[in-house]
Amino acid sequence: MDLVNNLAQGFGVALTFQNIGLCFLGCMIGTLIGVLPGVGPIATIAMLLPITFGLPPVGALIMLAGIYYGAQYGGSTTAILVNIPGEATAVVTTLDGHQMAKQGRAGTALGVAALGSFFAGTVATLFIAAMGEPLTKLAQLFGPAEYFSLMVMGLVFSTVLAQGSVYKAILMVLLGLLLSTIGTDLETGQERITMGIQNLSDGLDFTPLAMGIFGFAEILRNLDTPEARDVVRSAIGRLLPSMAEIKQCIPPVLRGTFIGGLLGILPGNGAVLGPFASYTVEKKIAKDPSRFGKGAIEGVAGPESANNAGAQTAFIPLLTLGIPPNAVMALMVGAMTIHGIIPGPQVMTKNPDLFWGMIASMWLGNAMLVIINLPLIGIWVKLLKVPYRMMFPAILIFCCIGIYSVNNAMEDVLSTAFFTFVGYLLIKFGYEPAPMLLGFVLGKLMEEKFRQAMILSRGSFMTFVERPVSAVLLAIAFGLLIIAALPSMRKKREEVFAE
Amino acid sequence: MKRLLGAVIGCVVFALPAFAQNYPTRPISMIVPFAAGGPTDIIARIVAEPMSRILGQQVIVENVAGAGGTTGITRGAGAKPDGYAIMMGHMGTHGVAPALFPNLKYNPATDFTPIGLAAGTPIIIVAKKNHPATNLKEFLAWAAKEGNKANQAYAGNASVSHTTGILLGTMMPGASPTLVPYTGTGPALNDLVSGQVDFMTDQIVNVVEQIRGGNIKAFAIATPQRSPALPDLPTTKEAGLPQYEVSAWNAVFGPKGLPADVTAKLQDALNKALDDPNSKKRFDDLGGVVPGPDGRGGPALQKLVESELARWVPAIKAATGKK
Repeated sequence: MDLVNNLAQGFGVALTFQNIGLCFLGCMIGTLIGVLPGVGPIATIAMLLPITFGLPPVGALIMLAGIYYGAQYGGSTTAILVNIPGEATAVVTTLDGHQMAKQGRAGTALGVAALGSFFAGTVATLFIAAMGEPLTKLAQLFGPAEYFSLMVMGLVFSTVLAQGSVYKAILMVLLGLLLSTIGTDLETGQERITMGIQNLSDGLDFTPLAMGIFGFAEILRNLDTPEARDVVRSAIGRLLPSMAEIKQCIPPVLRGTFIGGLLGILPGNGAVLGPFASYTVEKKIAKDPSRFGKGAIEGVAGPESANNAGAQTAFIPLLTLGIPPNAVMALMVGAMTIHGIIPGPQVMTKNPDLFWGMIASMWLGNAMLVIINLPLIGIWVKLLKVPYRMMFPAILIFCCIGIYSVNNAMEDVLSTAFFTFVGYLLIKFGYEPAPMLLGFVLGKLMEEKFRQAMILSRGSFMTFVERPVSAVLLAIAFGLLIIAALPSMRKKREEVFAE
Repeated sequence: MKRLLGAVIGCVVFALPAFAQNYPTRPISMIVPFAAGGPTDIIARIVAEPMSRILGQQVIVENVAGAGGTTGITRGAGAKPDGYAIMMGHMGTHGVAPALFPNLKYNPATDFTPIGLAAGTPIIIVAKKNHPATNLKEFLAWAAKEGNKANQAYAGNASVSHTTGILLGTMMPGASPTLVPYTGTGPALNDLVSGQVDFMTDQIVNVVEQIRGGNIKAFAIATPQRSPALPDLPTTKEAGLPQYEVSAWNAVFGPKGLPADVTAKLQDALNKALDDPNSKKRFDDLGGVVPGPDGRGGPALQKLVESELARWVPAIKAATGKK
């Protein structure tokens, strides 16, 4: 009954008039700023951090958490509407979400994303409250070797993202891996492939790359096929998903919540894998995988739930251990420290109000998001009616402002322009950008973990198979690879494509 | 939004003739060369708030992260010396950088107007919780015995845990720990807590709660006095390694050639901000050490930068084999 008491205490804190207001305000601001293409949760929180200084610590953190969920959700909105992922976890949403928007089902996609996220958020909140501590211990089993094997598994998944040729998808993953090696070498401090450009010394940023390759390139492509322009505008369709569609989404949402929540617990940004893994699973078990990439509703519902579940459970290492698993959580640590609470393993016992209040506010924040976003869907969808000659310049301008504001750097805007042309060429030659972005995101983590594991094992590759968790993950990856490579299976696949 | 508003107001006011005695007439931007949320950022935000009140103009923290802090400082060094662009320099950017960045575009000792030391965060030597040693002497003996079998974590190239870790290595007789790089304090600490690595050095604010919670153990704090935040932890002097005395100091600099009256105004505001009871409490919370009267002001800071350069650059170059 501890759980009930604790949650009651948490809701007691979160449901004060002031904290409800702050939670709402945070979600609202987060949504509005997060909808600016290119401005993801990290940039939003960093920008808005100062406005919480005057607030009491619990209220400030509740508001920041609200900004985080809001910005996260805003990123999915841009992914669906204009094919621009706000951050790595929204990349998968562009695949089917934007296709749905093109078919006039933007409202359905946004609605499913909101409802799926709410469900995932609710489950994840209970999960954190009930299992936070034991799960932290479990996550501690993951050392560098286990991580590396997990990333290998993720890369094998990535080939499934491909809608066309698997061969081309593998090439794109490799290109993504290569791009991720740009920057300062982790161990020696030497610059790699930076060509003397100081801006590249910390590697390529995800935002300019993703915006250039996805959003801007998509705009360019739209410009050279005039007949395609009317597709989005032609039919708007219904604003909210129908009962039948909701029913269709229940299993993917459940699976997505489970996968995303589990991966989110891992320190070291395991959450990025969540949506990719969920998409892979949905596509693999679908009766007709060929629908994926052409507006399959499961391809939005699953990954969006995984995304949100992961975003919540990423709080676990922070709240129970005081260690931030990713950049957003590192900002939350900073915010807590500024408010005089240095996060550590004792937050739960020393600041129970803060701990349980935060957890209760997670659920509250998710509820707020639904309340804020369902009415907004109508407005977002109407935006699609805006003629392209007005919408494209507006998107470009907002994107450029967004990109600039992340690092206050002109160079980021220029590199977006560069990747726009790269993205355009890739589309023209039939290469899909999603596997490349996955390679890019995983590449950084993979290299880091690989080198740490190799240093710790003093150069012995056996470390990856000697450690049981790592060995199991590698075995799964290997198994998947074999299935993908078996000629008979592949033939079947092609038949499916041909239908 | 605030920043945008500030910029708009700034542009309007900028059109008026600006005399130094009226300084400041528009918001001042303080470049923090690290990401928001880290120790330097927190210290900058703690002083920026009272400084804004004292100066009557907003002091806006602008995070320009990258290349161990040198990207932001390079930008700050090139700013117009009118007092509207200042920066929070750091032990790394102004003491160690020349040893790790051969193409550094600024000279820490000559390209800046020193305004004053803000606060330092002491360094602590920490180890995984089931480490066999119980005190610093035993730890040094363990490190000497293990040789390169010992694993030392650090938070990436040019980070505080990197440079202070290398310095510790040069002072441990017979030890040659294997350095394991991470991409930040969080991941490094995570693997220390789970016992993947043996030990590391880091700023008190990053490790204090993990020590209190018993997730890791601490051997010594590298300051002359014990910290009120961890009163039971001996200093390196008490524990038998007196030469290891380091603190990650943070200090406010302007670009070279700041007018004397502007510098004086900023110095005055900084000193008052450090004495503000509210900031004092915040520094205490995070184990930060505010300089006494003789450690403050421009000349003291200039002296500190020069002595730090003299101490760090040869030591780090020798240890990393760079020339």
